[in-house]
Amino acid sequence: MSRIKTAFLDLGHMDTLSGRDTFAHRIDPRAKLLTTLIFIITVISFGKYEISALIPFFIFPAVMISLGELPVYYLFRKILIVIPFAVMIGIFNPLIDREILMRLGPFSLSGGWISFCSIMIKFTLTAGSVLVLIACTGFNSVCMALEKMGAPRVFAVQLLFLYRYIFVLIDEASRMANARSLRSFDGKGKGIKVFGYLLGHLLLRTIDRAQRIHLAMLCRGFDGEIRVNRRLEAGIREVIFTIAWSAFFIAMRFYNIPLIAGKLITESIL
Amino acid sequence: MSHHIVEVKNLKFTYPDGTCALQDISFRITHGESVAVVGENGAGKSTLLLHLNGYLMSGNGIIRIGDYPLTKETLKEVRRTVGMVFQDPDDQLFMPTVYDDVAFGPLNLSLPPEEVDTRVDNALSTVGALHLKSRPPYRLSGGEKRSVSIATVLAMSPDILVMDEPTSNLDPRARRKLIELLKTFKHTKIIATHDLDMVMDLCERTIVIHKGQVMADGPTAEIFMNQELLAESHLEKPLRMQGCPVCGKT
Repeated sequence: MSRIKTAFLDLGHMDTLSGRDTFAHRIDPRAKLLTTLIFIITVISFGKYEISALIPFFIFPAVMISLGELPVYYLFRKILIVIPFAVMIGIFNPLIDREILMRLGPFSLSGGWISFCSIMIKFTLTAGSVLVLIACTGFNSVCMALEKMGAPRVFAVQLLFLYRYIFVLIDEASRMANARSLRSFDGKGKGIKVFGYLLGHLLLRTIDRAQRIHLAMLCRGFDGEIRVNRRLEAGIREVIFTIAWSAFFIAMRFYNIPLIAGKLITESIL
Repeated sequence: MSHHIVEVKNLKFTYPDGTCALQDISFRITHGESVAVVGENGAGKSTLLLHLNGYLMSGNGIIRIGDYPLTKETLKEVRRTVGMVFQDPDDQLFMPTVYDDVAFGPLNLSLPPEEVDTRVDNALSTVGALHLKSRPPYRLSGGEKRSVSIATVLAMSPDILVMDEPTSNLDPRARRKLIELLKTFKHTKIIATHDLDMVMDLCERTIVIHKGQVMADGPTAEIFMNQELLAESHLEKPLRMQGCPVCGKT
């Protein structure tokens, strides 16, 4: 099976996860979305040399993973796939910023390495929390929540369509890739030129399909606005969920809990 | 009753690239009729269907759907009256879940939410797909997708059903189930297809199109007996009208 197809199946698995029925899944998507947003904002608001204060933030994804009974290894693999992007952002820090900020006996750590670690931790936290959000809410519900919370309609609808057609597109692309590999021998026909043709062709097919979809929408009375008949219900549970977590994040933003805990321990020992 | 009538008079259509797809097509389909539109690839079947819901409009010729002539002003009413089922269900099912998709049309008709719910449930149970309600469309099998696309159209309560190749890409059992389902519909049906055996099951009348013109229009049985006409239109007798492959007897 081609690699594109495997990626497709993997995406489908995310959907299966979101269809479960646990406490984490039952909470209104808006509450989860808002909490995750506050989580991300607090995490990225830390300074570039911050490491210790970020550690307690792992509690949130960890709690959601256990409440939602999500497979940790699967989510971890998902983060690994995108981590090269974060590495690209941070990789030059150790080269540029060589000022020594920390000494542990014979080891010294430059500011660059610390900020690199900080970037990686922030990335793992933010990407992880979004994955957890989608795995226990479902991509479609996240879009609905976005829309209900006042995000521009066009934006939410674009995301919905993206998610709907990514499967069809991947199917089409994998069929084309298969057709090419079945007729390529000794590396011939695998070059960038053919890849270009393939991509161009895929684009043309996509435009064609978009036209047909638009036609199908027109046939059913589409007038520029997509209406969705769905009622979201938020109760006291959602309010408590959002406020409690947000308070926790903000508290952790202003108090470096590992540092305080460390001080308490060292003071009590001394 | 006159409002389930489809009338096409002297319809001509040329695509912007100069391809002449329809040359002078005329027919009249009355209430409750089930009509097959057959012809070779590129004969103009799909172009004709696209005219029936006003997606394509040509200055030449008149189309009347029910009580309305097809114009820009009557487009909305016509599209409610004519339910169009596309050949590729992936084009038709564009919403995130089956429910949303079937509700799409009724919501655009500005129906109250409770009425939308009822319509969705009714349409889905008619095609036997109520259990798929909360599933995403890309997770359905070919047969299920087809049933749901028909439900999306039924939910708008159309008077006229227009279908493009409804039995394509279906396994034999799904095809048979679809035929049985379509038999139960009382709508006026217009079906463009290459599946002539299905035509024999469903349509009492057949219109043969060849090179953008109506070659023949009459009772299905008569048309399928006309060997000369079929050959000229690049068609063949339906399999069940052909001889037994072992003994050659019909």
